[in-house]
Amino acid sequence: MTCQRDPSRWQPGLFRPACLPCYRKIPMPSAILEVTDAAVRFGEVRALDGVSLAILPGECIGLVGHNGAGKSTIVSVINGGLTPQQGEIFSDGTRLAPYGIGVARSRGVRCVFQELSLCPNLSIIENTRIMHRTLGGFGWRARARRIIAASLDAVFPGHGIDVGDQVGVLSIAQRQMVEIAMAFSDAGQPPRLVILDEPTSSLDAGLATQLLAHVRRFVAGGGAVILISHMLNEILETASRIVVMKDGKIVAERGAGGFDHAGLVKAMGSVATHQTTARRSAGASHPVLDLPMTKGQPFRACKGEVVGLAGLGGHGQTRVLLALFDHHAPQWWPRRHPAVTFVAGDRRENGIFDRWSILKNMTIATLSDLSRRGLLQDGAETARGATWKTRIEIRTANMENPILSLSGGNQQKVLFARALSTRAPVVLMDDPMRGVDVGTKQEVYGIIRAEAEAGRTFVWYSTEMEEMQLCDRVYVFREGAIVAELTGDAISEHNILAASFEGTTA
Amino acid sequence: MKTLFAKPWIWSFIAAVSVWLATIGVTGGASTVGLSQAALTFAAFSVLVGIGQMFVITLGPGNIDLSVPATMTLAGTVALKYMDGQNGLILHGLIIAIVIGVGVGTLNYALIKALRIPPIIATLSMSFIVQSAAIWTNRGLRIKPPQVLADFTTSTSFGIPNIALVALLISVIAWVLLHRTPYGRWIMAIGQSLPAARMAGIAVDGNRFVTYLFCAILAAVCGYLLACFSGGAALNMGSEYLLMSIAVVVIGGTAVAGGDSNVPGIWGASLFMFLVVSMLNTYGVGAGVRLIMTGVIIFTVILLASGRTAAAR
Amino acid sequence: MLRIAVPVASLLLLLAGVFYLQPRAMSYNGLNLLFNLAVPIALATIAQMLIMAVNDLDLSMGTFVSFVACVAATYLHDTPILGVLILSGAIVAYAAIGVIIYLRDLPSIVVTLGMSFVWGGLAVLILPAPGGTAPEWARAVMISKPPLVPMAIIASALLAVFAHLLIMRSSLGVLIRGVGGNQRSVQRAGWSIIAARASAYALAACFAVAAGICLVGLTTSADANIALRYTLLSIAGVILGGGEFTGGRISPIGAVIGALTLTLAGSFLSFLRISPDWQIGAQGAILILVLGVRLLLNRLESKGGVR
Repeated sequence: MTCQRDPSRWQPGLFRPACLPCYRKIPMPSAILEVTDAAVRFGEVRALDGVSLAILPGECIGLVGHNGAGKSTIVSVINGGLTPQQGEIFSDGTRLAPYGIGVARSRGVRCVFQELSLCPNLSIIENTRIMHRTLGGFGWRARARRIIAASLDAVFPGHGIDVGDQVGVLSIAQRQMVEIAMAFSDAGQPPRLVILDEPTSSLDAGLATQLLAHVRRFVAGGGAVILISHMLNEILETASRIVVMKDGKIVAERGAGGFDHAGLVKAMGSVATHQTTARRSAGASHPVLDLPMTKGQPFRACKGEVVGLAGLGGHGQTRVLLALFDHHAPQWWPRRHPAVTFVAGDRRENGIFDRWSILKNMTIATLSDLSRRGLLQDGAETARGATWKTRIEIRTANMENPILSLSGGNQQKVLFARALSTRAPVVLMDDPMRGVDVGTKQEVYGIIRAEAEAGRTFVWYSTEMEEMQLCDRVYVFREGAIVAELTGDAISEHNILAASFEGTTA
Repeated sequence: MKTLFAKPWIWSFIAAVSVWLATIGVTGGASTVGLSQAALTFAAFSVLVGIGQMFVITLGPGNIDLSVPATMTLAGTVALKYMDGQNGLILHGLIIAIVIGVGVGTLNYALIKALRIPPIIATLSMSFIVQSAAIWTNRGLRIKPPQVLADFTTSTSFGIPNIALVALLISVIAWVLLHRTPYGRWIMAIGQSLPAARMAGIAVDGNRFVTYLFCAILAAVCGYLLACFSGGAALNMGSEYLLMSIAVVVIGGTAVAGGDSNVPGIWGASLFMFLVVSMLNTYGVGAGVRLIMTGVIIFTVILLASGRTAAAR
Repeated sequence: MLRIAVPVASLLLLLAGVFYLQPRAMSYNGLNLLFNLAVPIALATIAQMLIMAVNDLDLSMGTFVSFVACVAATYLHDTPILGVLILSGAIVAYAAIGVIIYLRDLPSIVVTLGMSFVWGGLAVLILPAPGGTAPEWARAVMISKPPLVPMAIIASALLAVFAHLLIMRSSLGVLIRGVGGNQRSVQRAGWSIIAARASAYALAACFAVAAGICLVGLTTSADANIALRYTLLSIAGVILGGGEFTGGRISPIGAVIGALTLTLAGSFLSFLRISPDWQIGAQGAILILVLGVRLLLNRLESKGGVR
């Protein structure tokens, strides 16, 4: 039974319609924060498509969904970092008309992001000062020390962190602990709603247990938590209500008892994958690429193979890709026959040259092939552009248009064309499908398959489970090491998740 | 016409021509030829160092070569000393200047790479050492340049100063390098995004090294010519070219953040900078106002340029 | 800890070298002579450090200090109220530049380069030829002879302590360094980045004004080019003192020590009877050496740190 609430007909502060087991038929206590009918569009992509969500005191909402389902967008809307193009935000029954980071903080909304949000050059105490604007005045250091130490002790008893230390010298797990403690800390403005975005991704099992126990205590004390995690067990054990998102919409919303693991996976839905060709067995031909690892299994890839790198984000996959690239890429002297080529996922950072046309962006990796006696040949370049424009269907009237005139998916296609037009036998891909629409994805999957058939090797890091299932072989990463190697039918979401979380005995 | 006005360098030329007209207006056209020739000559020196600096600035934020003035002084001093006024050694002197440029450029990039320090501090430390070397070699008598070379640098062909012709030749080479060769594309890519350039398989170190080398060589050649032009090397002969080399790049419409450069703008800006000074001189304005005007012009140009890129995005 | 150890070690090493070569320097007057000129340089270095704390760089430091020196030797001496007004205006202008650089996302190097022409031009307008007279009080402070410890040492120590308290211990200092470390998260915590940057630039201008007045107090008169070297010296001083160009990693005590080291290097080289021709070059070499040592130590540290 799915909740059929119609958000447009429902007003905050009114009685909730009866809808077990979401809500008992009781007057609705005023929500700490409520978003109604929020919509966010990034160019062509609908990141959020009419989402309504109310967070009540004393509940822990588990927010699940695949990458790109809109989880981080709704979080940004709630914490005030992003203003939706449509929709309203209420708190304690009143509408917050100009809503922003400052208003959100004053309502007690705190957020732990996946990226580092502390200043690495400051001590933990000084970071506490930055996070709490009202902490100033003589003797703030002592107060800040007390506040953050109390919070750390409460969340992670026996944490062993010296709050006088600079954040830059902490390990990743310790930083994450400080970030979490910072969100729960109280300097006169108590936290009421804490958003935790993959909080356990760099914590070990013991610390994760401590955190989840604290979340339950916090919720029991009348606070609210939004918990986002790939680890469905955490969600099922901790959340009092589970919200499933897909394609920018809430597709299911039930009380904690309403889901089991399988039901949750089913509700999240999987993009249908069309396995066009049978996977070949690993090790059929000799390796074209290998990399010894300091710990765990070594990495290797064979000719014509599609090798996947899986596991939670930030566990060493990108580092392996960069190590492979650095080892083979030219430093001082340009090469006509590069050994590897790279498709970046972070287009803005590592991919496109934003002052240039589509054509120049595409041909930058193969200029040596397009010049004669040291001079560029315009004709050859234009011809190369035309060939790939049709081959990979870049949707533009003119290849001379600026690269930024293209949608994200088409920009990504240009990056694929850039990489595939080189002579490199190995293509490294760093989560290249981020923010790419489904149609483009399917086209690119087809191209990758075809190129692999023709003998190219692909090393593919992705956080999308479906994409891992397109690979011939998958390495699962945890804490910088390969902890499992899956081949053939063993490549499944369940096995990958199992290896990502329980793969280590340490 | 519309495409012409879309070029980032056109404004520096418009400015240069207006200032030229304003100056001519005051003098009543009496010194038109003299003013134009002087402008071309002095602009040529700025163009030479400006082109080198522009290639370095193309490499992106933080890339700037502060060793330009020291390199000019050292190259001019050593070359004059070696030639010792003999016409037969002119070519040797030029080669020595170029070797000094190669040396400074190599050491510059070696410091950037080996010590992983920002180019600004690497080239700064280097310029201290080069400056000292120049002071050390410059001791003693002021040596006159070879007569043939002195005549060449101070005379004109077809009414155009020889120095300007040399600068024009080098500008054409620079334009070809920047727009018609893979190297030019590569450094513009590096300037737009170093990580993206690396990931596209560009040999980043090689390209950056060549660029620093090119800049130092141009500075050395400019020092060589300037020393001959002014009848001897002086220790402070490069000092005004530090700020000048950066100013002409910025005013010429090159993106200060890197990745988008143009050669013609350097000419417009160099002419403009010289003409502003001579216009203010004609109007009898003092050195203080001239400096302030220069600063205000640089400031305004950057502000306008930032508005342009902000609008484009 | 290492961050401050290298600058201290280099200073002590140089000092030992100077004392070894010239034992007479080990006296009240000797020390005063050695470090006299260090005070304005140290002030300018702190100013530069504040700019570097927010990931910018000020190439107009030298001309600005020259400008202040010219104002101090003329207006501040003749008509103190007008002098104070001019200097206050200059501080406001600095804050405005900091805000413009942030709002328009301009490269600080080029903007301050342009400003260096402006300050230089103003200095020439005020004092076309070397001259002017230092305000008596500035002169009196700079040549005063407190018992036991020379003025230069006391002033440097006081400056180091004051700057440390201001930048490393106060809320404002934390905010400024936070902007250098992670501007986005400081903004997300609800702070105004504009205010933070404006205060960093204004504070820097205050220290630079102090540097100019100190300098005039020492030299009794001023000229428009009096402190041109300070741009490069101040950057070098920050780096020598363990500061970094980005990430808000700075050390005020280190910066003062860096400035002292640079000043001492000059005397050391002259005691070594190295030809004055090579004085500047040796400063460059010392800079390279210290950066090399630091890189080496950083590598050792990171090797020890990674398990």
